[in-house]
Amino acid sequence: MANERRFDEVAVGETLPPLALEPVTRATLALYAGASGDHNPIHIDIDYARAAGLPDVFAHGLLSMAWLGRMLTAWAPQPALREFNVRFTAITRVGERIRCDGRVVEKVEKDGERLVRVAVETANEAGEVKLAGDAWIALP
Amino acid sequence: MVGSALVGRTYAPYSATVEAGRLRLFAKAIGETRPEYVDEDAARAAGHPGLPAPPTFVACLAMEVPDPFAWLREAEVDVARMLHAAQGFRYFAPVHAGDRLTFAARIDRVTAKKGGTLTFIVRATEVTNQHGARVAQVRTTVVVREA
Repeated sequence: MANERRFDEVAVGETLPPLALEPVTRATLALYAGASGDHNPIHIDIDYARAAGLPDVFAHGLLSMAWLGRMLTAWAPQPALREFNVRFTAITRVGERIRCDGRVVEKVEKDGERLVRVAVETANEAGEVKLAGDAWIALP
Repeated sequence: MVGSALVGRTYAPYSATVEAGRLRLFAKAIGETRPEYVDEDAARAAGHPGLPAPPTFVACLAMEVPDPFAWLREAEVDVARMLHAAQGFRYFAPVHAGDRLTFAARIDRVTAKKGGTLTFIVRATEVTNQHGARVAQVRTTVVVREA
C-alpha cells in the first residue's frame, strides 16, 4: 500500500496536498461522458445546452468529485476511505482551472476504528466554490 | 409535483461487471495516472487483487442501465428542471476489476423546500458483490424546480 499515515501523527487543521487541474476542455467532458456512462447531452452538446437556455456545456459534477477522490487517495490509501459526501454548489464551466483542497477537521474513535474527517472542496481561480463536502478516512 | 408517496419505492436490481479496460478509460478521463490504477501488475504490487475502482466509479456503473433517467420520469420529474444537488458514498469493501456488482435502488427521502418550489429527492443504492458482500451505498440527491 501507499503511504502509511498514522492517526496519531495527523492533527486537526492539517491540510492535504492540493490537486491543481488543467483548464476544463470539451475533450475532457467528452472523454468523461464516455468513460462514466453519463451521456447527458447538457455536458457535451453545445446546441442542446443552448436550447436549454445555457450559454455552453458544463462539467459533470461527478467528474469534480472524482478529482477530489484523487486528492484523497493520494493522501491515504483508498481502502481506508469510509465515506465521501459532496454538495454541488455551482457549475464548473469549460475553461475554468479547478483546484481541489482538503483539511482535517475532526478526529474520532468510533466502532473500534480511528477516523479523521477531511473537509474537501473544489474552487476556480477566483475562489468560487463548486463542490463542498467531507470524507471519513480510517487511519492505523 | 413530486410526491412523498415515492418514498420507499424500490427498483428492480441489476448487475454489471467491473471491467479492467473500463477502469483504465475512467482513470484516463479523471486524470488518474498512478500505476496502481492503470496497470494490473502495479495494482497487485500495491496489494490489490486487481485494478481498483476509484472512489466514485460505482456511481458510473449505476448509469449502465439502458435508460438511466427512467426512475426520474417514473417519478414525473422533468429532467430539464432537475439538477444534481449532492452525492454520497459509504464504503464497506473494496471493488476491483473482475467483480460482478449488483445494484438495488430505492427512494429514501423526498423533501419540499422553499415553500414547495424546490423538491429534493434522495435515491439510495445498495451495492453488493459476487460474494454477496455489501461493498457500498450510493446516495444521489437531485433537486427539482417545480413549474
